[in-house]
Amino acid sequence: MDALLLSRIQFGFVISFHILFPAFTIGLASWLAFVEWRWLRTRDTLWRDLYFFWTKVFAVSFGMGVVSGIVMSFQFGTNWAVLSEQAGNILGPLLSYEVLTAFFLEATFLGVMLFGWSRVDEKMHFLATCMVALGTLISTFWIISANSWMQTPTGYTIVDGVFEPADWWAIVFNPSFPYRLAHMVLAAFITTCFVIGGVGASYLLRGVHVEAGKRMLRAAVIFAAITVPMQVFVGDLHGLNVREHQPIKVAAMEAHWESGEAGEGVPLILFAVPNEKAERNDYEVAIPKLGSVILTHTLDGDIQPLKSVPASERPPVKPVFYAFRVMVGLGMAMLALVLVSLLLLWRKRLYQSRAVLWGWRVLTMSGFVAILAGWYVVEIGRQPYVIYGLLRTADAVSPIAAASVMTSLIVFALVYFTVFGAGFRYIVKLIRKGPHPHEPPPRAGLGDKTPARPLSVPDESSETGA
Amino acid sequence: MEYWLPVIWFGVIGFGVLMYVLLDGFVLGLGILAPFAEDEDQLDHMMNTAAPIWDGNETWLVLGGAGLLAAFPKAYALVLSALYLPVLLMLIALVFRGVAFEFRFKARRAKSAWGVAFSLGSLLCAFAQGVILGAIMEGMPLQGGKYVGGIFDWFSPFSMLTGAAVVFGYALLGSTWLILKTEGRMQLIARTLARPLVLVVAVFIGLVSAWLPFLDSRIMARWFEGGNFYWLFPVPLLVVANAWALWRSVMREGRDGHPFVYALLFFVLGFAGLVLGIWPNIVPGLTIWDAASPPSSQGFVLVGLVVLLPAILGYTYWSYRVFSGKIAADVGYH
Repeated sequence: MDALLLSRIQFGFVISFHILFPAFTIGLASWLAFVEWRWLRTRDTLWRDLYFFWTKVFAVSFGMGVVSGIVMSFQFGTNWAVLSEQAGNILGPLLSYEVLTAFFLEATFLGVMLFGWSRVDEKMHFLATCMVALGTLISTFWIISANSWMQTPTGYTIVDGVFEPADWWAIVFNPSFPYRLAHMVLAAFITTCFVIGGVGASYLLRGVHVEAGKRMLRAAVIFAAITVPMQVFVGDLHGLNVREHQPIKVAAMEAHWESGEAGEGVPLILFAVPNEKAERNDYEVAIPKLGSVILTHTLDGDIQPLKSVPASERPPVKPVFYAFRVMVGLGMAMLALVLVSLLLLWRKRLYQSRAVLWGWRVLTMSGFVAILAGWYVVEIGRQPYVIYGLLRTADAVSPIAAASVMTSLIVFALVYFTVFGAGFRYIVKLIRKGPHPHEPPPRAGLGDKTPARPLSVPDESSETGA
Repeated sequence: MEYWLPVIWFGVIGFGVLMYVLLDGFVLGLGILAPFAEDEDQLDHMMNTAAPIWDGNETWLVLGGAGLLAAFPKAYALVLSALYLPVLLMLIALVFRGVAFEFRFKARRAKSAWGVAFSLGSLLCAFAQGVILGAIMEGMPLQGGKYVGGIFDWFSPFSMLTGAAVVFGYALLGSTWLILKTEGRMQLIARTLARPLVLVVAVFIGLVSAWLPFLDSRIMARWFEGGNFYWLFPVPLLVVANAWALWRSVMREGRDGHPFVYALLFFVLGFAGLVLGIWPNIVPGLTIWDAASPPSSQGFVLVGLVVLLPAILGYTYWSYRVFSGKIAADVGYH
């Protein structure tokens, strides 16, 4: 294997791991702000217990997001030196703004949020939680802007093969940015909704932490009932935008090799095995015209087919096609569950319906799978380019030896599975143990003698009594 | 602007790296000193002194990386790809060090294992940073601004020396931080460790300074030509005076903040010496003007920096105030 392929595998690997943590913590930070706000408003101690419970989960996820994120910020230089040299003038400032506006904010206020409960007053503590939540959203803004610019580059000039900024407004707010940002933020919120709802449902199924479980599930249903339908709408708009700017990506998502006769429209392929050698689909099951309805909002609209460009200009069709179906399929399952749950909540039968509770339990992790699938569509679908239409991935790689990349890939794989596997187990243990009442005890009067509490807010290790 | 923007950015990145070295330096120092903790509780205590702030401290490194990409993309691409393996070592070490802060307090059976991860992660990270520093100072084979060396070119006696120097330097920062933040037994251990570390670090500073002029004739020229010597020779004198003050303050009871301040000053002086040595290059053979991004890039971030950096420094200061004072060993956690 050459350095290019290895670098691509490595980048895919480290970013796939990384995205899971921010995707979760973006939603979780806002959830914590909501929970703390409810506690301050109602003084119902269950809200406070929930706050401390989810803070523990947040701390572990956030820590893993931080350390895997630092790896990301150096990957561009170590493995994609040519990309850094040619597009650093544009990507560097966007990432710098992410650090300046978001990372410091999150990191600093996180310390106060986790350890400052008895050191600052309630309003200040709530402010710290809000700042962390705000930081996660600002961070999303910049990183999605940088990614979107690489998908739909605008506002640049090219001088001696190097991208130079010409119009920063056009760069930051590039044509696909608003859609991608809305899609990602909603995806993060939905992912968190399903974790919270899934955990609540599994408590109800097990008959433990019943009050907490009900409250979590109820909140998750209501938030998901807002965000999931919005996501369907935003996803559709995003799709139209991709069709406009990256038509071949859409063709790969739909495995649309060639157009039929005029007026025939595009079918919606439910199942197929794309055959890239023969440039057709095997075992295709399709509904006529439905593809046109979804992609063009008309009965006979056409999309640009794969065969309209040479094979060297096409992304790998299979992964894009399958990943897109996984994402949309999960989205539909989530939508169905949310609608049924909302109806049952309305009729006050939600907590008794074991089938629906099982549905939530099964879909607990579905957001993560959908997000990964969605990102595979975005990132594999833009191949063979790293900056769409302008810089090929093959030309962007560092001039390094394959042996170096092989070494780093193996090291990253071992370390990530060990470290993040352990982190995942700790989260599962925390969740299995559940929220504990009146934790931690009020610490008023301890003043400066209060220790800075370690990141784990509980007063015992999670393995005791688990 | 074509002249001044890169100069300003050289200062900004220098400031970011210095902030990182000072702030994460003492946290990494805690990890390097972890083997001297007498039991798990003492290690908890050491880590608790930094638990609320380590994340913000580490963010300065990310600012350094992103700022380098924004302002000097050629240097970013060159340094990171040429130093692929030391950078990999640093990143992996940072992963272990970072998660240990959280995992150690979640684990029971694996608790001591995460303590080792914290300690080894800190040690290797410090060493890798020293190696990267040494390799940059030493320079790398370039042709037309591109790296033409192999994957082990960074491996040299000088980079091994700087690697070791940074390890001991961070350990010194860590020990003086503990003098500031703890009392009793823990503080006594820190005091006992700090004294020999002052001597060792002073020797390392001497060795690196003596070696530096022989790496690059321009550094020699900067020191000994055109009257510069008279202008610059107070710097080594300040280092010696500072080492003496630090040595004395370590054992003096009652003024627990002084050793930490002197240790920080030690680093500032050493850092100034290195920056003076490398200016106006960012890597030997690549000047800051060669490596600079266009004014439209550098100017764009500079605007944000002028507005945001004071705010960042402000709330960072506030968070240190929130967690100021001695961190007791016996209250609270276990």
